[in-house]
Amino acid sequence: MSDLQTPASAAGAATSDAPVSATAASNASSAQATGGRTFLPRNTLLRHLLVLVLCAVGAVVLLESTDLGFNAQIGYVAYYAIAAGGLTVLTGLNGQISLGHGALMAVGGYTTALMLDAEEPLPLVVIFLAAVALTSLVGAVVGVAAARLHGPYLAGATLALAVGLPGLALYFKETLGGEQGLTVSSPDRPEWFTEAIRTLSGGSPSGVKWIAYISVACLLITYFLLANLMRSRVGRTWRAVRDQEVAAELAGISLGTWRVVAFVVSAAAAGLAGAVLALVVRLTAPTAFTIVLSLSLLTAIVIGGLGSLFGALVGSVLLVFLPRLLRDAGESLDMDAAQAAEISYVVYGVILVVVMLFAPAGLVGSIRLALLRSRARRSARG
Amino acid sequence: MADTGAHGSTASGAGAVGTSGAATGGTATAPAVLEVEGLSAAYGPVRALQDVTLRAEHGRITAVLGANGAGKTTLLRTISGLVRPTAGRVLLGGEDVTRAPVEAMVTKGMAHVPEGRGVIAELTVDENLRVGALFRGKVPSEEFDRVYSFFPRIAERRTQTAHTLSGGERQMLVIGRALLARPKVLLLDEPSLGLAPRIVAQIFAMVRHLVDTEGLSVLLVEQNARSALSVADTGVVLNLGRVVVTDDAARLAGDEDLRHAYLGF
Amino acid sequence: MQQFVNLTLGGVITGAVYAAFALALVLIWRSTRIVNFAQGAMAAITTFIALSLIESGQSYWVGLVVALLAGLVIGAVVERLVIRPVEGGPELNAVIVTLGLFIAIQALISVLFGVNQRAFVAPFSTIGFRVGDNSLALSPNTLFTLGAVLLVMVGLTALFRFTRVGLAMRASAFGQEVARLLGVRVGRMLTLGWALAAVVGSLAGMLIAAEVTFVTPTYMDALIVFGFVAAVLGGLDSPVGAVVGGLLLGLLLSYVRGYVGDELVGLAALVVLVVVLLVRPGGLFSTTQTRRA
Repeated sequence: MSDLQTPASAAGAATSDAPVSATAASNASSAQATGGRTFLPRNTLLRHLLVLVLCAVGAVVLLESTDLGFNAQIGYVAYYAIAAGGLTVLTGLNGQISLGHGALMAVGGYTTALMLDAEEPLPLVVIFLAAVALTSLVGAVVGVAAARLHGPYLAGATLALAVGLPGLALYFKETLGGEQGLTVSSPDRPEWFTEAIRTLSGGSPSGVKWIAYISVACLLITYFLLANLMRSRVGRTWRAVRDQEVAAELAGISLGTWRVVAFVVSAAAAGLAGAVLALVVRLTAPTAFTIVLSLSLLTAIVIGGLGSLFGALVGSVLLVFLPRLLRDAGESLDMDAAQAAEISYVVYGVILVVVMLFAPAGLVGSIRLALLRSRARRSARG
Repeated sequence: MADTGAHGSTASGAGAVGTSGAATGGTATAPAVLEVEGLSAAYGPVRALQDVTLRAEHGRITAVLGANGAGKTTLLRTISGLVRPTAGRVLLGGEDVTRAPVEAMVTKGMAHVPEGRGVIAELTVDENLRVGALFRGKVPSEEFDRVYSFFPRIAERRTQTAHTLSGGERQMLVIGRALLARPKVLLLDEPSLGLAPRIVAQIFAMVRHLVDTEGLSVLLVEQNARSALSVADTGVVLNLGRVVVTDDAARLAGDEDLRHAYLGF
Repeated sequence: MQQFVNLTLGGVITGAVYAAFALALVLIWRSTRIVNFAQGAMAAITTFIALSLIESGQSYWVGLVVALLAGLVIGAVVERLVIRPVEGGPELNAVIVTLGLFIAIQALISVLFGVNQRAFVAPFSTIGFRVGDNSLALSPNTLFTLGAVLLVMVGLTALFRFTRVGLAMRASAFGQEVARLLGVRVGRMLTLGWALAAVVGSLAGMLIAAEVTFVTPTYMDALIVFGFVAAVLGGLDSPVGAVVGGLLLGLLLSYVRGYVGDELVGLAALVVLVVVLLVRPGGLFSTTQTRRA
């Protein structure tokens, strides 16, 4: 969201030779690309606030100008994007892979489902915060273990997490609903919301619309926070931990601590994503949080070009709308719906492989690199 | 080695050596097995070799000398195809092998013992030798016995894994392994690296012996110029990727200015 | 007591299959420093190919041979087409490529063969032998499973120990550059290594399918985790370690399954993995050099 408008201070165009050879984790170059955008404020926080407000206005317009079916889709995009944003911090900035984010989303999702099920449910904000807090805690535990692992070891360990954790839902059948999972009661929509929508577009809002608004609000807040974090000293430290392990260690940066922090931040986002998923899907079941979910998230951030929030959002949009296109295509080929739905996963897999082989900077990253290169060429010429 | 005390005089720079022009190329007496013509190579924008021309003659030891970073190892790696040259040719027994794949070099008669000895530590001594002979198909066991007879110390350890060997034994193993390929020319990269002077002397003596008795031809890359010149027939001095001088080994060893400028002893 | 005996027997049998699967992972890791996360999916698709043949009236043995051949071809093609370009590159890229293959192949199984679970009939009787009044968790089919795994291990040992190709493969795995300088066609050896590993993986897939009697496109998901844990337990570099690790993990998970609950088996594997990685990252048998995980 934000890093398209990064400040011009970085070494961008001048050193464009270097970032051309992109690897999976390192293309979110420590010195971010920059356009000559001067119409935005120089102060990072101020600029991000401005973008946040613009995006919020845009979201309201989008939600009010489309039908309920589309509103529901926006909810799906939101939870994918929130989780993918968190994964962007972990994999893109800090260079750690996680296949366990589906499982972490489950923690957030089940927490939300259980708390909404109470006789007198707490306010939604409190529930969401609780989901985030609990998932962060789990993330901290996983992160402590993960901080000492890298590459295939980390992938294998988090894969084991993704396969193992849903077992808890089966084991504690009584509370967690076993194979069937928990149905999620819809939260009450407050009076002010109904009023606001009525004055805005004259219609009377449904539960779906309320949930869509909640989802988008969560998405915007998450991205605002993540964007600021990524541009801050914290973000720079993460990049240093990723790119210059030895130098960072010599500079007194505790690699382990920073990796754990990255895992916690990323887990917090996954927790919120799980909470939003619970509301949007209205069901939390083990089958919703499989390894395939984790791999889909990975696909989203790889498409986007590891390390960019905007890329993660683009990837998430694709995750929601590509399957629908493919399902229609599959059904027109006389496949049954379940089979046709699987085509999208074939495509995800092929995308992961092809992007890694031919454009490790990802879709968004590659476009940005191409822009950088042509700009460098132009400035070199005159 | 112990005697690199004279390093300080390296500052005299490239132009300081008056003998280089006069001495170049005066010693070609035997037919060349390996000819390198105008070879250049680069790592990205960094030029590692520039227009290097030299020859290794049949039944002789040609030593390539120079300081750390002079391009010696790159030269060998380019000759054997591990690094692709940006210009120039490599002729092996008259055949142009510049573009030949690395795997094919040994079948054409070039054995390259890389820097750091190139022992496969996880395999046994015997298996290391057998890998060296794989490309030849069935190799009579007498050939293995003969290699072991050159190096009795590794013969005692044939069934041990190679990581148990000392540095000197590893060097003997890789030289023995290269012999099994029956090469026209043997490329040796820094065989003295990290070895005690006594062992270095032993190994160089062994190489000399093999050259004299078996008709082996050797292109030897060494930073330890004094030891190398003591066994070599011809010396080639590299500096910053260029050939500075090519001359008879004894004459190079006697040229004080040159020694001070490039060879550090 | 009878439960303990049967859980032990069951543990040895599943452990043997884990061992075979771990062995396949180790073969690939040794030569290319890549963990093939797609190995489960690759094995699953070959099992489904075999199952289609068996359902169409062919014998189990035809299916088995075709599955193994399919594994051979898939392994070789995968290495040549998509692994070769990322070999020796950043490790994250290779990880992501194998994960991409994982998800693509698994989904392809659903597209080609449907998403429903299908019965897989074992080649031999699955009714346990009887000792007195007790039925043992040991049947003709489990004996076949054990025998097949044993045969593979003996075969691989013989290949690596006594043949020229085996020597060339080991040389390629341990010293790529040196092997090339010695005239070994390292590229071919790596392809062959992936192909062989995929054959072993396919065999493990066929064996586990007969043990669980029902297969779905995702039935190998757990096995890739168990195989990985077993391989790490043994050090990821050592074939012998993989076999021992597989058997140990099989026993442990069998006891967890019997005494705690089937649902927690995956979590138990996770705990084992994390403990090993944090306490002995070089595996149970690491001696001098401890590898940083």
